[in-house]
Amino acid sequence: MSIVDKGKEAVQGIAQAVVKKAVELAPGALLPGGRPDPLIRRQHGHIGKPVSRVDGPLKVRGAAPFAAEVALDGMVYAALAYSTIARGRIAAIDTALAEAAPGVVLVMTHRNAPRLNPPPRFLTGDKAAAGDDSPIMQDDRVRWNGQPVALVLADSQEQADHARSLIRVTYAEEPAATSLPTADGCEVGTFMGEPLRAVVGDADAAFAAAPNKVEAVYRTPRHNHNALELHAATLVWRGDELFVHDATQAVAHTAWSLAQIFGLEEAQVHVGSPFVGGGFGGKGLWPHQILAAAAARLAGRPVRIVLSREGVYRAVGGRSPTEQRVALGADADGRLTAIIHRGVTPKTRHSPMPEPFILPTQSAYAAETIALEVQTCYLDMVANTFMRAPGEAVGTVALECAIDELAERLGMDPIELRILNEPDKDPISGRPFSSRNIVAAYRAGAERFGWDRRNPVPRSRREGEWLVGMGCATATYPYHRMPGGAARITLDAAGRARIDAAAHEMGMGTATTHTQVAADRLGLPLEAVSVRYGDSSLPGVILAGGSQQTASVGLSVMMAHQELVGELLKLAGNDSPLAGLGVDEVESADAGLRKRDEPDRFESYASILARSGRSELAVESSAPMPLETMHWSMHSYGAMFCEVRVNAVTGETRVSRFLGSFDCGRIINPKTAASQFRGGIIMGLGLALMEETQFDERNGRIMTRNLSDYHLPVHLDVPEIDVIWTDIPDPHAPMGARGIGEIGITGTGAAVANAIHNATGRRVRDFPITLDKLL
Amino acid sequence: MTPFTYVRATDAQTAVRLADSRHPGVRYLGGGTNLVDLMRETVERPTALVDVTGLSNEITETDGGGLLIGAAVRNTALAEHRLVRSRYPMLARAIVAGASPQIRNMATVAGNILQRTRCAYFYDQAGSRCNKREPGQGCDAIDGFNRMHAILGASPSCVATHPSDMCVALAALDATVHLNTAQGERRLPFADLHRLPGDEPDRDTVLQPGDLITAVELPALPLAARSAYRKVRDRSSYAFALVSVAAALAVENGTVTDVRLALGGVAPKPWRPLAAERALRGQPATEAVFRAAAAAELAAAEPLRDNAFKVELAQRTIVAVLGELAENGLAGGGA
Amino acid sequence: MGITVNGTAVELPDDPRVSLLDLLRDGLHLSGTKKGCDQGACGACTVLVDGQRILSCLALAVQYEGRSVTTIEGLGADGALHPLQQAFIEHDGFQCGYCTPGQICSAVAMIEELRRGVPSHLTVDLAAAAIPCSRDELRERMSGNLCRCGAHNGIMDAIATTYPAETHPGAAE
Ligand SMILES: Cc1cc2nc3c(=O)[nH]c(=O)nc-3n(C[C@H](O)[C@H](O)[C@H](O)COP(=O)(O)OP(=O)(O)OC[C@H]3O[C@@H](n4cnc5c(N)ncnc54)[C@H](O)[C@@H]3O)c2cc1C
Ligand code: SF4
Ligand code: FES
Ligand code: FES
Repeated sequence: MSIVDKGKEAVQGIAQAVVKKAVELAPGALLPGGRPDPLIRRQHGHIGKPVSRVDGPLKVRGAAPFAAEVALDGMVYAALAYSTIARGRIAAIDTALAEAAPGVVLVMTHRNAPRLNPPPRFLTGDKAAAGDDSPIMQDDRVRWNGQPVALVLADSQEQADHARSLIRVTYAEEPAATSLPTADGCEVGTFMGEPLRAVVGDADAAFAAAPNKVEAVYRTPRHNHNALELHAATLVWRGDELFVHDATQAVAHTAWSLAQIFGLEEAQVHVGSPFVGGGFGGKGLWPHQILAAAAARLAGRPVRIVLSREGVYRAVGGRSPTEQRVALGADADGRLTAIIHRGVTPKTRHSPMPEPFILPTQSAYAAETIALEVQTCYLDMVANTFMRAPGEAVGTVALECAIDELAERLGMDPIELRILNEPDKDPISGRPFSSRNIVAAYRAGAERFGWDRRNPVPRSRREGEWLVGMGCATATYPYHRMPGGAARITLDAAGRARIDAAAHEMGMGTATTHTQVAADRLGLPLEAVSVRYGDSSLPGVILAGGSQQTASVGLSVMMAHQELVGELLKLAGNDSPLAGLGVDEVESADAGLRKRDEPDRFESYASILARSGRSELAVESSAPMPLETMHWSMHSYGAMFCEVRVNAVTGETRVSRFLGSFDCGRIINPKTAASQFRGGIIMGLGLALMEETQFDERNGRIMTRNLSDYHLPVHLDVPEIDVIWTDIPDPHAPMGARGIGEIGITGTGAAVANAIHNATGRRVRDFPITLDKLL
Repeated sequence: MTPFTYVRATDAQTAVRLADSRHPGVRYLGGGTNLVDLMRETVERPTALVDVTGLSNEITETDGGGLLIGAAVRNTALAEHRLVRSRYPMLARAIVAGASPQIRNMATVAGNILQRTRCAYFYDQAGSRCNKREPGQGCDAIDGFNRMHAILGASPSCVATHPSDMCVALAALDATVHLNTAQGERRLPFADLHRLPGDEPDRDTVLQPGDLITAVELPALPLAARSAYRKVRDRSSYAFALVSVAAALAVENGTVTDVRLALGGVAPKPWRPLAAERALRGQPATEAVFRAAAAAELAAAEPLRDNAFKVELAQRTIVAVLGELAENGLAGGGA
Repeated sequence: MGITVNGTAVELPDDPRVSLLDLLRDGLHLSGTKKGCDQGACGACTVLVDGQRILSCLALAVQYEGRSVTTIEGLGADGALHPLQQAFIEHDGFQCGYCTPGQICSAVAMIEELRRGVPSHLTVDLAAAAIPCSRDELRERMSGNLCRCGAHNGIMDAIATTYPAETHPGAAE
């Protein structure tokens, strides 16, 4: 029995043991025998409507308050100094000039920083939030080039920045691991506690024997999130309580983790983050919040810290580079006999995970044999971290280019090759798919994009200087729902509802979609629903990550709604038209409850509350454990189509058309969903053509330290991007909706590369595909 | 930013006097788009700024049919000017190929000319060695990331490029720079303003501290009415040039009678490829000749680890631009 | 003499190092203008000075004495949204909203540049009195404003529907 089979058995064992209990705990939920979310059947509600963002008016007026925009009395400004070596000790640090500089309130270094507990590294506990668990400023060690070594507080930002530039550090340098050949050890990487390796059969032997094969190495560089909002926090101690206005994707995690670091009770730390100016995985707990809180305590003053753009590259990790070897073997008809996807990626000893680039390959294609493995090597560098679709974003680059190469080898249409190898169950776990309509997505996309106009012979279409080509690739990202979801519904006397959940808004439209969902759930008009989020005092431990927020909050609201109905029926009492009815017999509609099969038996929320003398009714509930993913292989899918124009003289590439055809379950809000899809795709265009964080392997220093050296796509790089979707609800996901936030970046890089190959006949496997590679 | 004093000058003489009394450590301030950035990075640490945006922002026709452009003319205003567009299209095109509209609204002509290199090691005051910033320190770019760096005119002490687009056109147009200095007024051919690094990479130009640019003069150059600027870069806009070419071409009866060429992104100064120009004059306007001319110039190229592609790219871009001009010329159209 | 910000006279900072951006955000608590890089590379800090778009992060406040600055807070009349602000909501021209004030200010001034006939990198005929404004022409003119969330399509739609006359592909004809 293979490792995978053993794993499968163990997982199923656990799952079976808990399933029965879970079904009891979560009636009507997402498990076998359970009844799918009733909202899935609802046709005429708010779900599915292109509702404009509820926070739109605030945002277009610049009135949405971000973390660095809260002013506190007596506040001082922070500036950080960063190390310039990758590894060693601080031999001497001269802060005299800085301390004497005008306006300076405090200079903090490892010599005077308060003693702190180590930051709880993300994934080491339920609420661990730190992207890096190094004890910064707790000793004289330097662990990466760019590590904060001193913090200055001053009355103005200008004064703090100037004083910081006066600090002189002398280092005792030690040999550092700053390139793969000098790495401090390599091993099979792990992700969420599981080794990043999977084996089905003997793939190497099958590959060797295959009549048709391709094999190549693909390289992707480092990336940075580059959210437009700089990482920032404004914070104050009041007695032993810490109040943080943060820019974070994890308010509850951050509050708990800061409490651990400062030796406090969780309730003593309050983290608010109502608006986040882009996160993409990068806005978690990093050294700056910890150091600012420590300095605020030392100085006894409120502190605002805003990382400089360089500071973000120095102190906040990005995506690690990868070197991936993909080998595909196929029989004469094109059926895959072997998929091998192995490679190497660096990480640090202080980061939560290696870039898990084999993830998309786990459930991509039916193949007789599969061998997947991520080797990770330890370097002295800023802690790498999660960035939009960790694993899938770059893993699909290698896998989906290789599929295209195989199609060409076989003389097959790349879409037909993919469809031929469509699995009927998860190729590794053996679980059934909860809902997988990727073939439909391909067919619809191909039709709309005009795929039939593609000439399979590379370099066959030229318009003036421009070579034109088309390519496609599969997008995929798993459905996640992490433990910890919870929500509170509060009904007021007027029958209005407020939803409270410790969720986040960084552009996904959180408040908007949950207003829609809750309105449908409760039978209310949109105006009667409000959503509060972005504060650690609200219910739940809800990461804005893994494209899971909608499922997590949505299911929590569903659970809370069930409880609410129970409470309302109790309050309704014997004088109500609802008297004597059980929870299962009623439903929410028209701002009240009615009997399912007898709609005239109705009483409004306001009336129930009024009669019972209540001014409000609040219920809070948690989402059950995410056992649905133990029964089904659950993923969002997409078929990406790209047309490029490559300049035959200069090698410049312009993406002229792009279409994403998605299968992500029910789409709750087509307006905000389309934006999410496009946003991911545009980040994918950047990945394909221009994005790279330059890491100088001589000293481990990041040399792209501004937004003019790190190229993001500008308006002129972005064509009109067409997005369509199947809108087929997933019966096993809350509201029938799987995640949409990350999938757009997956597949896109390969679709572009495949189009470039079709345009030019050049196969570039080294990303980004800059013009020098096409000359 | 290191503390500094700030004062405004409204005319050239006052500016020079104000600067003179604030030596050393004084700098003129134009739109600030380069200087303020470098001050924030502490690469530049002036103790006094003399704001010269109040100097002439006029564009006037000279007697000889050229243009006199005040030093404080904003980049947008220059590109927008009717006579620049009709007589020197390459200049208008070079300007709008640079930076962003917002920056072009701020940037002055003088500031654009005197902007410093974008070499990342030059910018990294805290953590990298750079001879231009600190002579004798060493150059981290030579064996480091040098994709953006020079293939022509560099030295073992510095391989940085001059980043300006506008200057490429000014070089091709044989502009003259008007200066006001402590010693009086002076004129300098644009080609002589910027210098190659040699073993003094810290000196970008031949100017002495306190020398003020008051204007740029363009000679009458009928040839330039049919001119072009082509910029090749890593994204479609808002990026510095990997290679750029400014060119004007006169063809009569199939023969090149006159030509002006300049290259950006390939050298420490706006590069005037005189060898290529020589190889073109009097020759048939054919692709083969264009190719040979470009090759004659690029024979001297000394690529680094990451920028060998620039040799081929410059070659191709020169040939394409000349080809396009020749074709348009034959067709009788403007550029 | 100070600076006028959204019609109100404001004193200059004592410290000449203070950028116009920091004056607005920290000094005047007009935090609608955003800081995305402080390096001139993102456009989030775009404001209008006497109607022209500039980057307030690279502008020393003292340099703008006597000038009139308009920020996102000053665009709409009497608390009502500017038509372009409304169109951004309609067309979902943003996600996180951080680049948004810069995009909107930039676009308002960009339309004036189009009306004035300022050429761009993509303008084919430099001699033309009016510029035919293709989508790409619009995109080029907005390329000084980055958006990491990827709201580019919505931003273009919002601008084009708000200013149909100026952004019509055949505006010149
Ligand atoms: C993100 C970004 C992207 C850019 N992209 C491009 C690009 O693609 N192409 C391009 O060409 N440029 C680009 N630029 C550079 C831009 O063009 C320059 O910053 C600008 O032209 C400088 O003009 P300024 O008036 O702002 O100069 P300042 O910053 O004010 O001054 C620059 C220098 O000139 C000196 N100076 C100013 N006026 C005088 C005078 N009258 N006499 C003597 N000395 C003087 C100053 O002391 C200083 O040393 C970019 C800039 C940024 C920030
Ligand atoms: S190339 Fe020139 S500017 Fe760049 S690091 Fe070397 S010396 Fe400095
Ligand atoms: S903050 Fe001014 S351009 Fe980025
Ligand atoms: S909306 Fe987030 S950066 Fe543009």
